[in-house]
Amino acid sequence: METKKTPLYQLHQDCNAKFVEFAGYQMPIQYSEGIVEEHKFTRNHSGIFDVSHMGQLFIYGGEDLIKDLEKIFPLDLKNLKLNHSKYSFLMDKDAGIHDDLIITKTNEGFLIILNAACKDNDLKILKELLKEKYKMVLDENRSLIAIQGPKSSEILDDVVNGVKDLNFMSGNWFSFENQKVYITRSGYTGEDGFEVSIANDFVDKLTRELIKKGSKLIGLGARDTLRLEAGLCLYGHDLDKDKTPVEANLKWAISKIRISKGDFIGSDIIIKQLNNGVSKIRVGIKPEGRIIAREKTKIFNQSDVHIGEITSGTFGPSVNGPVAMGYVENQFSKKNTKVFLEVRGKKHPASVCSLPFYKKSYVKGVN
Amino acid sequence: MSIVKYSKEHEWIQVDGDIATIGITKHATEMLGDIVFAELPEKGSNVEKDGTAGVVESTKAASDVYTPVSGEVVDTNQAIVDDPSKINQDPEDSAWFFKLKIKDPSEMDTLMNKDDYDKFAKETSA
Repeated sequence: METKKTPLYQLHQDCNAKFVEFAGYQMPIQYSEGIVEEHKFTRNHSGIFDVSHMGQLFIYGGEDLIKDLEKIFPLDLKNLKLNHSKYSFLMDKDAGIHDDLIITKTNEGFLIILNAACKDNDLKILKELLKEKYKMVLDENRSLIAIQGPKSSEILDDVVNGVKDLNFMSGNWFSFENQKVYITRSGYTGEDGFEVSIANDFVDKLTRELIKKGSKLIGLGARDTLRLEAGLCLYGHDLDKDKTPVEANLKWAISKIRISKGDFIGSDIIIKQLNNGVSKIRVGIKPEGRIIAREKTKIFNQSDVHIGEITSGTFGPSVNGPVAMGYVENQFSKKNTKVFLEVRGKKHPASVCSLPFYKKSYVKGVN
Repeated sequence: MSIVKYSKEHEWIQVDGDIATIGITKHATEMLGDIVFAELPEKGSNVEKDGTAGVVESTKAASDVYTPVSGEVVDTNQAIVDDPSKINQDPEDSAWFFKLKIKDPSEMDTLMNKDDYDKFAKETSA
């Protein structure tokens, strides 16, 4: 299969991007300044991420759709306010995670942002579950950019008036060049920021204007270090079909009201795990010193027993040290538990820690 | 006068008498990106030509560092372990990795000179 390009491909080239193939797309891994500088620029100023490879699934419908989606997602969608967003999961009957996603209630129905590598399969699953009752569009005509970091609100508001009044995890339609753009105050870096859904033909112009105002394009490399410092999961690494939201320590994202009724896909397992506990759970891992523990690094306890595995690990530029997360047997998941990481045949000391590694600075607002 | 040569694994080696100073090339650092971790061989250990003699990690991945010739490690550069970003800043001078007492000087003949290495680096990265 030929690799796809996003509508910002030319701009990436103009900014000297290094490209990698990611989920079937040619995506920028970094630009000339490199991952560490890009990471810090996002934390201190404002970074723009091309996330057009992600799926933008529009589902059209009313009250029936809400009921049908509640059978799929562990969310209180009925009481979700218009233009408000929630983080959630598409699960199988064993509560294994097909994908993690952001779902927003719109005037016409719902907008779901899906991971690039999962989007086609997600659509297939949702179509089977909803039995063609509703119009569903995985929109290839719209691009998606994220603008993240403390200066983003000011910069984006200069170009698209009014966005600075949005609360965290809420959105609305705005206008750019007489085009309707849907903007939510959200992101995946641990910083205040926005995600902008805009017609493909206009994304280049919008992005260039944001760059003129002082924002910079940031590659997937820094996106990964930023989200890991923020303690956020990456699908295919920290989350997959062999892990449930409870094991992933994401039970905060499951609606309490919905648990009490328990009528969604995977609810049996979720309720069981919430009541009885889980055998493995996702935790933050802080290696001592500078050693970096990558994905698949084995975790041992103090008696040299294998108790888990790292699922994401890198160097955190803002933390100025290594950061990781992984799954350990539940009894070793307490904060400050001493563990050992096997890197290149040697065991290195580390400790279980709380997440995030980097304190977020989201704006206040309804969540 | 010292001789400088280059390996296909993108190490440089500078020889003064029977002592070789080894590091990674600027081209290598450009391919790796920001280096955030460095591990060096132990002083006093013996390393074999083309064998692993250290590790560098960028934000993206870990890469082995190989020794272009065999010998005994007589010195290592702690400064790059303490601040690995020095490797990006000055890879072919102050950010050297380790020094060897050369075991077999003829191994130097298998390595490239600067012009050949530059050509090799250009071809392999294209």
